[in-house]
Formats: sequence, structure tokens, C-alpha cells
Amino acid sequence: MRTVCVVGVGMSQWGEVWRRSLRQLFVDAASKAIKGAGVDHLDSLYVGCMSSGLFVGQEHLGSVMADYLGMRGLPAMRVESACASGGMAIRAAFMEVGSGMSDIVMASGVEKMTDCDGDQATYALATAADQEYEVFHGATFPGLYAMMAHAHMAKYGTTREMLSQVAVKNHDNGALNPVSQYPFKITKEAVETGVMIADPLHILDCSPITDGAAAVIMTTEEIAKKLGKPYVRILGSGAATDSIALYQRPDMTTIKAATLASERALKMAGRKITDIQFAEVHDCFTIAELAILESIGVYERGKAGPATLAGETARDGKFPVNTSGGLKSKGHPVGATGVAQMIEVYKQLTGQAEGERQVKGSPKIAMTQNMGGSGGSSVVHIVEVA
Amino acid sequence: MAGIVGYGAHMPRHRIKVEDIAGVWGADAPSYKKGLMLREKSVPPPDMDTITLSVQAARNALKRASHVNPADIGAIYIGSESHPYAVKPSGTVVGEAIGITPHAHCADFEFACKAGSEAMFVGLSHVDSGAMDYCLSIAADTSQGAPSDALEYSAAAGAAAFIMGKDKLVAECLFTHSYMTDMPDFWRREHEFYPQHGGRFTGEEAYFAHTLGASKAILEKSGMKPADFKWAVFHQPNGKFPQRVSRMLGFTQEQIDPGWLAPRLGNTYSGASPIGLTGCLDVAKPDDLIFMCSYGSGAGSDAFIWKVTERIEEVRNKAVGTHKLLDENKIYVDYGTYAKFRRKIKKND
Repeated sequence: MRTVCVVGVGMSQWGEVWRRSLRQLFVDAASKAIKGAGVDHLDSLYVGCMSSGLFVGQEHLGSVMADYLGMRGLPAMRVESACASGGMAIRAAFMEVGSGMSDIVMASGVEKMTDCDGDQATYALATAADQEYEVFHGATFPGLYAMMAHAHMAKYGTTREMLSQVAVKNHDNGALNPVSQYPFKITKEAVETGVMIADPLHILDCSPITDGAAAVIMTTEEIAKKLGKPYVRILGSGAATDSIALYQRPDMTTIKAATLASERALKMAGRKITDIQFAEVHDCFTIAELAILESIGVYERGKAGPATLAGETARDGKFPVNTSGGLKSKGHPVGATGVAQMIEVYKQLTGQAEGERQVKGSPKIAMTQNMGGSGGSSVVHIVEVA
Repeated sequence: MAGIVGYGAHMPRHRIKVEDIAGVWGADAPSYKKGLMLREKSVPPPDMDTITLSVQAARNALKRASHVNPADIGAIYIGSESHPYAVKPSGTVVGEAIGITPHAHCADFEFACKAGSEAMFVGLSHVDSGAMDYCLSIAADTSQGAPSDALEYSAAAGAAAFIMGKDKLVAECLFTHSYMTDMPDFWRREHEFYPQHGGRFTGEEAYFAHTLGASKAILEKSGMKPADFKWAVFHQPNGKFPQRVSRMLGFTQEQIDPGWLAPRLGNTYSGASPIGLTGCLDVAKPDDLIFMCSYGSGAGSDAFIWKVTERIEEVRNKAVGTHKLLDENKIYVDYGTYAKFRRKIKKND
């Protein structure tokens, strides 16, 4: 398999972007990625998107986006794996370039979530859960993650303060990210006195509803070198599924799909988890970040919360997590999130993270972990600076 | 320039507290109270509608303009999004009740929550042009909010009436400015009971963009700045929006307090900023400048700059004050009574 590199990245404005449509958001991000990479054409395009049909009534995104990018005729398709759609789009592009089938491929993600009201958005998101056994009975994602949080608290003694610190830490990082939807710091008190969503999760334990797009150009190392731009290598890609319904899992405190995806990506990369220096993980809720860090083996079970409280996952800690601000502060346009995670590690590894957000010590290797639903799917990439 | 020669307000005595609505729907009352800055709202009883509210507000306006013979009023305009009839004017009924008919022009206005300020704008223009001596401009609503929707916590009832003229002014209108774009933020189609809205979209792109657009333009046109005004009143779909927009423009809490009625009254839609203006006139002194900006979904804002005259002291107590209506003789109702009053309980007959 050929070595696959990321050589150019682009993001649209993220947030409540009332004046840009689904396709405009995509074109904003894609144009920046093409310009950043300096490529003169694409061989193919993958568009990660969870639910454009329910959010804005538009399907058939491969054709729509190729057309509006000015590239009619381009092979293009949509990739869907709920909130892991973006990460899966990267995996698809990785396979296409790695296999030798194409040389220059765009992996992108987009979601336009604010054209419908909160109830409709909640419904659209809930289609990533088990409709027959969860959603029809009233479960929503905040409810499912709240159950995971209670289980984690009961089994490992995880505290309210540990959850709060995840949000505080990610907002500290997001406050320094120019694309963040909520670029401001918050306090533990603000998290714990915010509106209750699903006990024990308050509003600031939850990632927001976001409009946004992200795109990366993936190519061979030979072409990346010729382009003369900073680039990173994707050393390994791992993906996994699990039961879509939370109740069918023997242990609600861990996310098996993340464990399997991480193991597979590390195996492909020929690395151990201890080789990884920082990570972007799928903090759709504060409890998710703790459960993922334990599931991918960064921490033993029950140890991620205390480590977070001790500052180990802060930007200047020994294992920085979500230096972008994560889904929590940067925002979570579901289909775009996985691609934006790749963009953050690209920026950090190539020394292009903005100002104080840049991790010190020139890290060489990082991980992205993207997840669908309550862990029904996950995709992990291991990335190394060239 | 023309101005107000008489003003009056009216509102129901009945109120329902946010807790009583939230309790029925299992919602978090403290978050609504904090998020929307609402405590309670007015509830019109079954025999009160936009017409009856308008009649009473107009009578109060006439009490403060006792030199005006109703028969000399050249036009009656009522702005509302809850006219009782789809086809049949509200203005004719109100005009008949207070003695304006038959030699008068009449029209019912509709522009979501700024229908009332439209009636004021047109009334001022008629008088200013010399087409008539007086015009009665009324802003009134018994607004609708769907059960359990966020609007249900705010949709309230109330009216304000203004007799526009050129002599014996209570407040002269120094400047006006209107601002509008096509904006799909809030609407109700024919045969629908309740309006639909675009959630958070109704904030930045709609309320704030238009309120700021009209307000900044009239400040520039007048060469005035927020500190020049004694009082300011904005459209108030809840307590939070007018407070925030006033701060964005540079007004203080003290300036908006007398007209900031939504936390106690709710959103009276077309009546909101006009009733707020009557609240300011309750406390204004001669030569005070009052800044006013309405907002109506769809969307647009009408901004006015008023200068209070010495006559305010003479007429203020000739009719009941807005703050007295708001704070005294209240009757609290439970959700069941409210649902009955607002005809939310549907029967087959």
C-alpha cells in the first residue's frame, strides 16, 4: 500500500452560519483545502455527511458538491456513519490513494444543522441511535450519554467535577481557535449550574448544534513532496462497529468500537498507544472524552477523570487532548467533525496551530478518534509529521 | 413636526406565572425565567380581544386629549396580528365605539409585531402632511403561542393608543426611520392557530439585525447619541432581547427601565414597544428625549425619536397609568383557566 499524506486543509466558518447553505459551506472549505495544497485537479471526492436529507432535504451530495466546486464529471460520493461520517470519508480517501487507484483525493465533511428547529435537529441526530429499541421509547443522545455517565460514576467513582473539567479544558483550548463556535473560557461552576439536559449532564456537558464544513487533500508522498507544502503521513487507519443500541452492550462504561478501531489503526501503523503524543477525540459529551481515553488505552479504566483533573490532558499536560477545543467548544457539525480532527492534528504536527494553541515540544505523532452515535461506530487514524 | 396629543394603554388584569406553564409541560421554569427574563404574562379573559383592548386604550388616550372631539379624528388605524376577523375590520368597531364614524378613513394593519408602530408611523405622516388634524393609531394584540412552545411563556395581551396631532402635543416626533428586509423568521399562515418560528434564527439575523439597523440609522440621521436620551424602549419579545440590544447600542438599564415591561407583562406583540412608550410617558419630564424602536418579523423596525412637552404634567393623571395597570389589581390564573380563556381546549361543538 502506498503511503498516504495530507497536504492541504480548509475549514468554512463554524457556528450558526445563517447566511451560508450546505453547498456553500462545503465550497468554502474545499476551496481553501485546494488552495492550501496547491493542487490543480482532484481525482475523486468523498463527502462525509450524516443527515443532510433530514436537516435540509438534500441528498446525492457527491454530485451536488462536485458540481458546485466547479468539477462536474469528478467521481464523488457521500460517506455516512452518523457522527463518524467525516472520519470515514478520510478512511475512504486513504484507501483510494493507498491502493493506487487515485493520486489526489479530497476527503471532506459538511453538515448544515440550523436550518431546522431544535426538535427537528434532535430527531435527525437520534436517527443515529437504534430507532426500534431506543428512539421509539424516548431515548435521545443526551439521555444515552447520561446513562453512560451514571454507569461510569457508579463503577469508577467518576465525579461531577471530573466531567466539568473536560468542558473547562476544552473551552480553554477552543478560546484560542479562530474557527470555534464558542471561543470563550468557562468555569466549573458555569458547567454545574447550567440548564440540566439529562441528569447528570448539564448544557455545558454537551456539544452544540453547528453548521460547518472541513476538507483535506490526500495524496501520495511523492506528490506531497513535489507540492512543496507542509504535509503529514497517515500511518494507520482503523474502523470498527458495535451494537448500535447502548442496552445491548455488556459494559456501558467503555466504547468497544473505539477500542477496536484504535487497536487496528495502531497495528497498521506499527505503533503502540504510548507512542502517541496527543489526540483529538470525539467529546460529543464530557463523559465521552473520559470513556474514549480509557477505551483507546491512554488511561486505565476509571483513571481518565482523575488524570483530567490533574491537568494531564490540558494543552501543556503530558497527553494533550482536544487542543482544537473539541466538539464541545469548536462545535460539532456532525459530518464535518472527523475531518476537522484531522485538520487539527495536521496543524499541530506541522507547527501551524494558531498562537498559544500550538503544543510545545514539536510533537511528531498523533491520533484522531471519531465516533458515531453512542459508539455504534468509530474510526481512528494515526498521523505522523513528515 | 406632528406628535402625540393623547395616549393610553390597556391590558388584562389576569396573569399566569412562568412556573405554572412550565409545570404543566415538565419544563425547567428557572431556565425560562433566566434565559428569557420572563416572570409572568398577561392573559386576556374570554371577553377581551384586540377590539375591546383597543377601545379601552383609545378611551384612555381621549381622556388625555380632552380637547379633541372624536368626530374630528380623520383616520383610525389598528395594528395587530390578532384581529378578531380575517375579513371585517377591527377599526370600524373601535371607531363606532368611541365616536369617530362615519367621516373617517380606516385600515387594519398587519406586520407581525410592528403593525402597531406602522399605524403610528402612518398616523404621524397624515397629520404632518396636513391631510387631517388628528389620527388615532392603535397597537393591540392578544397574541398566540402554541402549547408548550417557547412562545407560550411570552405571548400576552395589551394595547396602546395614540392620538396624533399638531397642537397641544404631549410628545413631538422629531425623527422617524424605517428599516426592512425579507426575512423568514416567524410566520402564521391562513387557518393556522399558532405562529411558527425559526428558533434561534429569530435572534441575530432577525430581531437584532433589524433593531440595530433602524436604531443606528435614526441616530445617524438625528445626529444624536444614546446618552442624549432620558428613556429608551425597544420591541420586547422577552425580557432579554431588549436589554441586550439596548446595551449593544450603548443605552443603560436606567434608560430602558420604565418601558421594559416584558418581564412582568410578556410579549404583547404589536403592543410591545408602543405600550413601553406609554410606560416611559408615565415617568417622563418636559424636554425628555425618548428613543423608540419596534420590530416585526418578516421583518422590519420602525424607529422614532420623541421629545416630551410641558403638557405631559397636565395630562398624565387624566387616565390610568401603564405601570398601575401592570402592577395593581392582578388576578393570577392557573394553567387550566388560562387554557380555557385562550380557547386552547378544543370541543366538537
